[in-house]
Amino acid sequence: MPSQLVDKYYRTESLPHIWCPGCGNGIVTRAIVKAIDNLGLNQDDVCIVSGIGCSSRASGYLDFNTIHTTHGRALAFATGIKFANPKLHVIVITGDGDCVAIGGNHLIHTARRNIDITTIVFNNNIYGMTGGQYSPTTPTGDRGTTAPYGNIDANFDLCNLAKAAGATYVSRATVFGANMIIKQVENGIKNKGFSFIETITICPTYYGRKNKKGDSVDMITDLKEIAVNKVSYEKLSEEQRKGKIIVGELYKGKRPEYVEEYNRMVESF
Amino acid sequence: MTEKIIRLMQGNEACVEGAIAAGMRFYAGYPITPSTEIAELSAAKLPRIGGKFIQMEDEIASISAIIGASLTGYKAMTATSGPGFSLKQEGIGYAAISETPCVIVNVQRGGPSTGLPTFPAQGDIMQARWGTHGDHSIIALYPSTVREIYDTTIKAFNLAEKYRTPVILLMDEVIAHMREKIEIPNIDEVEIYNRKKPKSSPSEYLPFHVREGDIVPEMVNFGEGYRFHVTGLVHSETGFPTNDHKIAENLITRLINKIQDNVEDIVEYEEYRLEDAEKVIIAYGATARSVKSAIDSLREEGCKIGMFRPITIWPVAQKQIEEMARKVKKVSVIEMNMGQYFLEIDRIAGKYTTVNQYGRVHGELITPEEIISFIKEG
Repeated sequence: MPSQLVDKYYRTESLPHIWCPGCGNGIVTRAIVKAIDNLGLNQDDVCIVSGIGCSSRASGYLDFNTIHTTHGRALAFATGIKFANPKLHVIVITGDGDCVAIGGNHLIHTARRNIDITTIVFNNNIYGMTGGQYSPTTPTGDRGTTAPYGNIDANFDLCNLAKAAGATYVSRATVFGANMIIKQVENGIKNKGFSFIETITICPTYYGRKNKKGDSVDMITDLKEIAVNKVSYEKLSEEQRKGKIIVGELYKGKRPEYVEEYNRMVESF
Repeated sequence: MTEKIIRLMQGNEACVEGAIAAGMRFYAGYPITPSTEIAELSAAKLPRIGGKFIQMEDEIASISAIIGASLTGYKAMTATSGPGFSLKQEGIGYAAISETPCVIVNVQRGGPSTGLPTFPAQGDIMQARWGTHGDHSIIALYPSTVREIYDTTIKAFNLAEKYRTPVILLMDEVIAHMREKIEIPNIDEVEIYNRKKPKSSPSEYLPFHVREGDIVPEMVNFGEGYRFHVTGLVHSETGFPTNDHKIAENLITRLINKIQDNVEDIVEYEEYRLEDAEKVIIAYGATARSVKSAIDSLREEGCKIGMFRPITIWPVAQKQIEEMARKVKKVSVIEMNMGQYFLEIDRIAGKYTTVNQYGRVHGELITPEEIISFIKEG
């Protein structure tokens, strides 16, 4: 029997999903839905906007106002939607390639405007939909089909990028800690401004296989090992910090929100 | 009786005034010569009339934002030029397959690439038609005077809403930046087409189903209680993606036919001194103004010549051009490019008469004198 969450928020007619066995995307998608449920938002008032890639298929499976846009442009579409109808809770689902490679400029500027949009990046360190090419978050040295000798690019710290660009809520969690994702999405939606939540997910089919990371369980267990909170991270030596990722709420700020500023300008006439 | 409003107005300004009269209340854009005044005037006006203006980080973001805004119920527009028009092509395709009404203004300039940013050119005729990938139909309008910019901008919005499609307004740099005295029609006399509200309830709503007798599916807005899905993938009537070959073909065919089957409703053109013409010039936009002057001079010399001026560039006025081609000895296409609309006119008229072309790409207008020499030599 499907869970009440599936019954209420999933478009069961559009299932089964396209994700591979062992993919972490389902964990993140459920966490987003659970956060929406916990907040008690009306489904008619929620708009899910996604780009192109594996994670961006999530919008089609969820029973809200949903739009699966063009590659990299989810945040630009979302900006149009939020600015036009500020009553909607606009949530963007995107991947590492979608959000910070082809869509990197939109991330910077959406964060700069601090428009009230909550963005959840499904970071699986690879282009999954196209079959395993290295992305801006593939760790240096790791392999992809377009990095057969190892990736020589430096990989991005997405949270630092979002914070520097002006996001007012920045957090990171992994698919090992689904409850942490739920809490972060709740807080991201509650933040009146641009919220950026990086979820580290797993792609056993391409990233895992190409880099001999084992199966889904191995990869999730790895995430458990390498994820540390900010306080613990700061206590670690330089040597111990290698390969670790910091999870938790990394930044909370307060700045004027774009639509509110626009309305303030209009009221001043 | 209300008093007539007479104004000295720039073409780009007439575009904004026409858009606002049509109901445009959302504009997203990026600065680019020679269209920038459209963004500037929208920025000044929209916040004062309950509208929204946003300057986006680039051209792609601008078209993405207007599609998003349109899905919430706004009449939305963006304006650009040459290189920016190239960047918007993927978004135009998205609007076409998702049947999202929006207006894209392209004030053309010399190309390719950065080209001649401050000079006129008519080089985007084929890009307007085929710029986005894949099979699709498109509506593109081409005004010739400042007053006509006002009218065709309104028409662009009406067609976008009626046919649920992106509509391209092609403009010439010279008319965009030229000031002419125009009479602004009383707003009550302007025909405005608004999106039809759905007859279906949320539970029975199929977002891409066309009801018997309708041209397009009923469109509801995000946030109105109909939770539907929009995608750039091929989709069934439910809005959800599918790889079903039959559904794919039906969808693409329907998108093409909703425009091709209604050409008579969409097509607008001007005929100038065609009654007894043996020769016809086909021209549009600023070039048509030089052509008119050339025709008046040639007529004085006894030459039986006239002009057919398409205002709707796409879809092409095939039937009218065919009928005309049967009657005349020669059709000349005169345009500020190396023969783009000529290809289309030759396809239609070439079966019945001789078709030739005169084009310049040096960034200056084609003069009446050049046209007279070309006709006399030809």
